[in-house]
Amino acid sequence: MGESLDGVKGKRVVFVTVGTTCFDALVKVVDSQEVKDELLRRGYTNLLIQMGRGSYLPTKSTGDDGSLAVDYFTFSSSIAEYLKSASLVISHAGSGSIFETMRLGKPLIVVVNEDLMDNHQSELAEELAERKHLYCARPPTLHLTIASMDLKSLVPYSPGDATPVAKLINRFLGFPED
Amino acid sequence: MEKNISCSFSDLSSNLGISCFIAFITIILVRVIYVIYRTGKPLSKRSPQALSTLIVLGSGGHTAEMINLLLVLQKDRFTPRFFIAAATDNMSIQKARVLESSWADSQSGVKGISAEFMQIYRSREVGQSYITSVWTTLVAMVHALWLMIKIRPQVVLCNGPGTCFPLCVIAFIFKVIGIRWSSIFYVESIARVKRLSLSGLLLYKLRIADQFFVQWPQLHRKYPRAHYVGCLM
Repeated sequence: MGESLDGVKGKRVVFVTVGTTCFDALVKVVDSQEVKDELLRRGYTNLLIQMGRGSYLPTKSTGDDGSLAVDYFTFSSSIAEYLKSASLVISHAGSGSIFETMRLGKPLIVVVNEDLMDNHQSELAEELAERKHLYCARPPTLHLTIASMDLKSLVPYSPGDATPVAKLINRFLGFPED
Repeated sequence: MEKNISCSFSDLSSNLGISCFIAFITIILVRVIYVIYRTGKPLSKRSPQALSTLIVLGSGGHTAEMINLLLVLQKDRFTPRFFIAAATDNMSIQKARVLESSWADSQSGVKGISAEFMQIYRSREVGQSYITSVWTTLVAMVHALWLMIKIRPQVVLCNGPGTCFPLCVIAFIFKVIGIRWSSIFYVESIARVKRLSLSGLLLYKLRIADQFFVQWPQLHRKYPRAHYVGCLM
């Protein structure tokens, strides 16, 4: 799953997304030498960061000296194209980003924002990690997850289905089954 | 002597007032109990006619889940449709408009879009404390009441967060005072695996939702009156 080479010249892009949130802790940690070294060691060549409303600016790099190429932007009307071209996605724990990435069959590490007041978001990421659909990390442990992950062991997610709900609603209201 | 008469007369009238008040409260209570008893019971008569439907859009992931549900519901049964989203959430309204216009295109000119789009003050923004949300909930309630009087839906579809709670309470009050009988459906977000959201918990505990859906078995074990329906996404 996703270990294939994408794009030209064996470019392997890691796409980081924080959605519409402000999650500087994640942007900071993917910009850290520790995480960048680990990504390079795992064969990734490019790091593209969608940084949302955060204020921390990562250091851009062209990657000419054999290091990881780093680029960033704040928002995009559709991140689908970026997700499609990525070999690995590192995302915040919003359900929108999680399911969009899983539907595209991309390997995913979800990083839980420890600073949120009502942190129910970790529930979903942890449950999906338990079912081996993705990896779940916290900012301080992200480099360990990258070092130890085995993307072949991830189980593809089969998209859910709303018809059971629709059936129950129709039955409740007295509409005939079809 | 005269004094005595007038005195007993005022006694009588105040007694009458108290009895009227007690009778009124009793009627309301009986009605509330009746509505709670009927809540969750399927509609007895078949409804071959289309039902006016209020769709409350959450935000981000909530809206995506709701749209997945709308895609499999029969459009001709749930019509006209009224979409309500938070005042700060233009993205959700935009998504609903795209969905509705795609439906209008596919039926090519049979009739115009039978949908309306509205926005409402939120009772609680993400991250707002529970204490200040008491006041913002009140403001949201008044605005919600105004919109609900205009819509008077027969079906309410919602999946959190905060925005839907005032609307559901008003729908419930409409049932009690006989303005409009409605069926309220709540789908807890896929992001809730172990604990219900605040709006979910209230709608479940107060028995306001006619049918309550959860997407994870852990929640179904905790809340047995809920229907476990698997993942919507």
